[in-house]
Amino acid sequence: MSELMDLYQEVILDHTRRPRNFGSLEHATHRAEGHNPLCGDRVAVSLRLDGDVVREIRFEGKGCAISTASASMMTELLKGGEAGLLQTVFGQFQDLVTGRLIEPPEDLGKLVAFAGVAAFPVRVKCATLAWHTVKAALQNRQQPITTE
Amino acid sequence: MRRATTSSAQTAAPPLDVDRLRRDFPILSGRTAGKPLVYLDSAASTQKPTPVIEAMNAFYREGYANIHRGLYALSLEATEAYEEVRCKVQRFINARESREVVFVRGTTEAINLVAGTLARQRLEAGDEILVSTLEHHSNIVPWQRICEEKGGVLRVAPIDDNGEVRLEAFERALGSRTRLVAIAHVSNALGTVNPVAEMVRMARRREIPVLVDGAQAAPHFQLDVQALDCDFYAFSGHKVYGPTGVGVLYGKSSLLETMPPYQCGGEMIRSVSFERTSYKEIPYRFEAGTPDIVGVIGLGAALDYLGAVGLECIAAHESELLSHATEALASVPGVRIVGRAGRKAGVLSFVVEGAHPHDIGTILDQEGIAIRGGHHCAQPLMERLGLPATARASFGLYNSHAEVDRLADGVRKVREIFGSCPS
Repeated sequence: MSELMDLYQEVILDHTRRPRNFGSLEHATHRAEGHNPLCGDRVAVSLRLDGDVVREIRFEGKGCAISTASASMMTELLKGGEAGLLQTVFGQFQDLVTGRLIEPPEDLGKLVAFAGVAAFPVRVKCATLAWHTVKAALQNRQQPITTE
Repeated sequence: MRRATTSSAQTAAPPLDVDRLRRDFPILSGRTAGKPLVYLDSAASTQKPTPVIEAMNAFYREGYANIHRGLYALSLEATEAYEEVRCKVQRFINARESREVVFVRGTTEAINLVAGTLARQRLEAGDEILVSTLEHHSNIVPWQRICEEKGGVLRVAPIDDNGEVRLEAFERALGSRTRLVAIAHVSNALGTVNPVAEMVRMARRREIPVLVDGAQAAPHFQLDVQALDCDFYAFSGHKVYGPTGVGVLYGKSSLLETMPPYQCGGEMIRSVSFERTSYKEIPYRFEAGTPDIVGVIGLGAALDYLGAVGLECIAAHESELLSHATEALASVPGVRIVGRAGRKAGVLSFVVEGAHPHDIGTILDQEGIAIRGGHHCAQPLMERLGLPATARASFGLYNSHAEVDRLADGVRKVREIFGSCPS
């Protein structure tokens, strides 16, 4: 039961119930969709970059508590920062959820709540789905999608 | 402890001695997450009783040789043992002849076999193959591929909100261009038992052959392919308490005889020259290469086991488990049962408000309870239901009412963790 409590920490449940930056961005410069074929979960991430700064980032989709909270907290962390931050933090986050980090670095902030995932290897993909999706979005720079 | 009344049609069968039967399954005495294993994923695969494990072991130790070729006693005996299982399968499904039984790797291969032979042979541009909304991907994709190849059209008989294929809608979907119907006997995701016999009658009037995907039916009730009058019936060994790697395609001999070979190689030929090859008679024409001999032996032991326990008793027991589980889960606040067909077998799908099926699966796993959470290889069905996924508990002959109660307790724990008023 304590492993479960570590997995479903209050901050994770809070983001699951009330995901932040949820929805689609109208004037996105980057978009990508992520899919976990194992469970059928899908997430779509859209970003608006200003130079190298992430001005806006949103996600939408239906997923489990871990994937939803991870996406929500990731958007909070990336919003307003430099896009390059993703590379560093994603690496650390992967190490965290696979149990390779003993002392989580400060960059991760609230994301350390995901340390409990390491005890549940089948859930690692849930935790990293949105991250892979943002990475794909940033790599495939697309024309801004606009309604005008 | 159990309710005395259940549906009157099934009260005739004597109750199963589940405690005794459980001792036949070594894995069930194990623990997971420090708790006794509650295995509720038999729709994915059933656990194996000792007689099956032992039959396979003994065959490897004492009876093993390749079949259909040896001139020595060991090979002849192995061939006899293998062919005897064909007769056991014939009796298990009540086929007219044992040569109507083709051994394959599983239901998936059985369906691919019919798609790659009969459907490929008969389908022309504009022709239709009819499936239903609740099919497993393995009863969709092979037909889709052959339709793409031949310019055919995959049509879909719809379901209603209870998860039932309505016969009227099914009949309307049959048309002058329908060349084949492929339908599940029991839905793997919802447990719906389709009125297959009526469906076959409707197709028969139009001279359309019908393949029944029986993967989820074979473990749960007595089969009779002659009574169903279907043209093909497919099921997997590993879902009827037998080993993985072996399954059965039943086909009416009149149809099998018209079908070209599926895979080519040894075993399936009569004579080969570089100019011309002639093929063996059915069923051997469809069994290229050395088959899963030991798997077939294990399947034979599994069918013996099912015969000894009695499928009527199993059906009655599982039907009681299913109604107990339905009531127990429906009484947990926030739980909704998915699939409310009038006739169901073996499967209970559900969702919990505010908790994704993956989270339900993880929490139950910590309680020692193995269920499945996901789309159950039935994405079009999930789309129709408007759900990304469901949690699915599925039952076997070894499950007890106490295990159902543990499932309900586990689901209450899910509610505790995820709270009662999510966004």
